Amino acid sequence: MSIEVKNLNVYIKDNHILKNINLTLPEKKITCIIGPSGCGKSTLLKTLNRLIDSVENVRVEGNVFVDGEDIINSNGYQVTELRRKIGLVNQRPCPLPMSIYANVAYGCRINNMYRGRKLHRVVCKNLEAVGLWNEVNGRLRTPAVRLSIGQQQRLCLARSLAVEPEYILADEATSALDPISAKKVEDLFMTLKDKYSIIMVTHTLRQAVRIADYVVFMYLGEIIEEGPADQIFNNPQQELTKNYLSGAFS
Amino acid sequence: MQTRRIFKDRLAKETMLVLTIVSILFVIVMGIGLYMKSAPILGEKSLWDLLSSSQWRPMKGEFGFLPFIVGTLWVTFIAIILAFPVSLLTAIFLTEYAKPIVKKCVFPALDILAALPSVIYGIWGTLVIVPVISEKLAPHFVEYSSGYTVLAAGMVLGVMILPLLVSLFIEVFSIVPLELREASWALGATRWQTTRKVVLRKTFAGIIASTVLAISRAFGETIAVLMVCGCMITIPNNIFESCYPIPALIANNYGEMLSMPLYESALMFAALILFVVVLVFNILSRIVLYRMEKKLN
Repeated sequence: MSIEVKNLNVYIKDNHILKNINLTLPEKKITCIIGPSGCGKSTLLKTLNRLIDSVENVRVEGNVFVDGEDIINSNGYQVTELRRKIGLVNQRPCPLPMSIYANVAYGCRINNMYRGRKLHRVVCKNLEAVGLWNEVNGRLRTPAVRLSIGQQQRLCLARSLAVEPEYILADEATSALDPISAKKVEDLFMTLKDKYSIIMVTHTLRQAVRIADYVVFMYLGEIIEEGPADQIFNNPQQELTKNYLSGAFS
Repeated sequence: MQTRRIFKDRLAKETMLVLTIVSILFVIVMGIGLYMKSAPILGEKSLWDLLSSSQWRPMKGEFGFLPFIVGTLWVTFIAIILAFPVSLLTAIFLTEYAKPIVKKCVFPALDILAALPSVIYGIWGTLVIVPVISEKLAPHFVEYSSGYTVLAAGMVLGVMILPLLVSLFIEVFSIVPLELREASWALGATRWQTTRKVVLRKTFAGIIASTVLAISRAFGETIAVLMVCGCMITIPNNIFESCYPIPALIANNYGEMLSMPLYESALMFAALILFVVVLVFNILSRIVLYRMEKKLN
């Protein structure tokens, strides 16, 4: 269970967005990708589950190995299976236009994973895992859009967990939430890291300091520095990293 | 300076309010005008007789609108049955699957189709659809058909409303944010699963609203339908018989009507029927949509 990125270059039209990225993501840890706006953090994340395919005029070169298989160049690779294996939590919660229950069950249904009672157990288990069960029990059939934004984000996380992923990608997953909801989601990630490898893009340095085990600092499409969180935050080696951490630019 | 700014703002608001009221008034005035012009025939015949009788002999003072109502409903029904699936799937292909280059080629073609004058559709129907129905299709089902039939009118009308429906559906699908599609893809869904379970579900109300708009447009289409429907005053028993929809009746007889006051009133009543049908259809669909949206959100 590993993700390894080798010589990855991503171009959108004539813009070189990701420049020669080489990275091995640690397992069962929270990896925070930090860097100023437009440095390619989200593009890197989207490349890992091939959602980058939906971007117009995109060209991807290099390799991304997920569990040893190159997901970029292997023709036979099932993108749908890859995406099931790599859960995604977006910046803004995106509940599907269906009930709370159907949202969590959606992934299992489309992947033909569970049905009937087993599916019901999976839905309940994952709603419990994200701390939503007590809040929504009794109104599982109501539309998911009626939940608060914070609850919606936790629902999206439950939906991702229901298809039993091995990795979770989180793209600024708490930035649209109020502080209390953000704290809840953050705490969730802390508990989930025992089971999943979490790769999180964040704009908030304080959040990265609180939860990251491993940090990747990006600037203008390149990885400037990467390493264990302690090392990056307390003893950065690169001048750019020092400047970013000191708030010289953001 | 401050007062001038506020004055301009208020002026803009008031002007737009007046224009909005005027546009709504147009509809009301039109309805009242049609009703007043229909009053003579409504005074002489009962509403039920007018709507349920199939005898149309203006010289003898008999005005039965049933064949025209049935003709209009038949043609519109066939048009929408033919156009709906084709336009829905086309719009899905263009928004969910097609590459940008394909979109760039197809969109202008659709615009051209939408902008073609209806008489051209009529000619195309007369030259292509009518002979095909008469010589190739109808012989499999009936003994004889001239080709100027309910089916021909429905097909021509279907092709006419196709670009409108495709454009409306594309408009509706583009409202669905990419994030929603990505949320589904990220769970391992294929494009088709995402379209079926997310995009179509999210846009269901919009699809219905667009279809209602297209049906309303189809109800009133005149020239092209008139050219291929056969214009026979009978209630068609099957789609290989001729029909006479209301707009064709009005357009064909408008010149003659001035000499006979009751005839004029009868044609105005025909227009009133069309007006009321479209109005009621729109109001009903709005109510259904409102209830559906309330249930979903």
